[in-house]
Amino acid sequence: MSDGLTRPGPACSPAALGRLMPLYAWLDRDGVLIDAGPTLRKLAGPGAIGRPLGEVFTLVHPRSFAQAQDLTAAAALRLVLRGPVATAFKGVAVPLGGVEGGVLLNLSFSYGLREAVRDHGLSDTDFAATDLAFELLYLTEANGAVMAEAKKSSERLRGARAQAMEQALTDPLTGLRNRRGLDRALTRLGDSGQAFGLIHVDLDRFKAINDTLGHAAGDLVLAAVGARLRHVVRDADSLARIGGDEFVVLLPGLAERDMVRRVAERILAALAQPVGRDDGEPPIGVSASLGAVVWDGAAAGPAPRPLSVEQLLEEADRALYRSKDAGRGRVTFAEPAA
Amino acid sequence: MHGLINKAFESFLTDTFGQPVWHQLLRQADLWDQIGPEGFETLHVYPDEVTCRMVAVATALLGRPSDSLLEDMGTYLVSHARTAPLRRLLRFGGGNYTDFLRSLDDLPGRARLAVPELVLPALTLNETGAGQFQITCRGCQSGFGHVLLGILRGMADDYGALVVLDHLGPAAPAPGEPAGPAGEALSIAVHDPAFHAGREFVLAAAGAGG
Repeated sequence: MSDGLTRPGPACSPAALGRLMPLYAWLDRDGVLIDAGPTLRKLAGPGAIGRPLGEVFTLVHPRSFAQAQDLTAAAALRLVLRGPVATAFKGVAVPLGGVEGGVLLNLSFSYGLREAVRDHGLSDTDFAATDLAFELLYLTEANGAVMAEAKKSSERLRGARAQAMEQALTDPLTGLRNRRGLDRALTRLGDSGQAFGLIHVDLDRFKAINDTLGHAAGDLVLAAVGARLRHVVRDADSLARIGGDEFVVLLPGLAERDMVRRVAERILAALAQPVGRDDGEPPIGVSASLGAVVWDGAAAGPAPRPLSVEQLLEEADRALYRSKDAGRGRVTFAEPAA
Repeated sequence: MHGLINKAFESFLTDTFGQPVWHQLLRQADLWDQIGPEGFETLHVYPDEVTCRMVAVATALLGRPSDSLLEDMGTYLVSHARTAPLRRLLRFGGGNYTDFLRSLDDLPGRARLAVPELVLPALTLNETGAGQFQITCRGCQSGFGHVLLGILRGMADDYGALVVLDHLGPAAPAPGEPAGPAGEALSIAVHDPAFHAGREFVLAAAGAGG
């Protein structure tokens, strides 16, 4: 190894050094800047030459030094440029011949590369051709562009998923909830412990409409009934079509028979109007039978009745058939469970 | 072919000819069920056959030869606001147009660095004289040379260079390579690399990248 010490090393001009290392600093034994590469001169300003390193940079690691040679002991130096923009650098220092105790310090931008390039308006000519800074900037930007595409793609998928979920809970003909949607709304209501009223609506003689006027007319009636129900209830209420001509109205917070009965009567009135047709055919007369049930909430009584969706719908259904038996076009309340 | 390339073709057609034309193309190419109104997923890799069918139907539907259509797409890719990130990434190739041309050898590598699954044809640049270049692309879908021609034309405008570009047709196979149609060659004559100011390029633009 003695060879490396005795053999004369390569020497080059400051200009050549600047091409290789545009951020080099040449320090004398006391740490005063004798010379600097073109990019460092640009960053530190013209007055930097002739000033001590500690005046041009804030030293982070090491915090101070007695002689420039001391800097060569550190594996990596950390410094921050003093001035309006605090650009961070890392550096490495090696002893240099030519000046007794002199040191050659080479700097590079650390993770703040992008900010440094932006803040100092640097371009490709401010870097050595071999510096990977350019590739790093390219990669950052390419990653950003790909991330933006990935984000768009994931937003599209989220949208599609939400739409699929929505469709799975919705009856396409009326836009009301389907059976799944109703179960979900009922379960949520049961979990909340809130009291509510439930009205089961069944159209009278709907099969006859389908059979004599055709399925298109039947669909028209169902869609019209859906629209009218929507008109009668509050925003907080839920509507569902759970079978061919069966609808369910959920009324959160409405646990008194009188109030539920009033809603039921509004429904009967709304459905009493015949459904008009735009093809010139005579309007279709509709009526419905209703069964209602009131759930007074899990909080009621010393032994709250557990909510069973099936049981509740069954009770409403039985009440509905008593309406039908009693001559249709009316509402009947379910008898309290034994 | 990679979703980014298919999406590029989709953007070009919708921005240039309108969405109804794009939707009609999807239906005629029998791609509606596969692609749908949302269009291609940019990070998904599609069978090459999808791209071929799309280009063939577009040519028939628009009544335009595929050469000029593909060249227009290339120019669109580096000049439209929607594809500005691509133009910026290409500008990283060099400070002037000549340096940019010299960086094209690295293009497939640079693409892979950003998106590992994105495979671009290998490009070889030969300097045939002062300001005279010839580019050969190999292992590419037929017609890629025309897209490249459009990109190089658009980038010349971006750099402010005065150039003359020509498609030379199928490339002669490289020495030792079996003869085949899988190559195209272009010639580029750079008359003035700084003919006009070109478009501004700030290395670390605000908002770009991160």
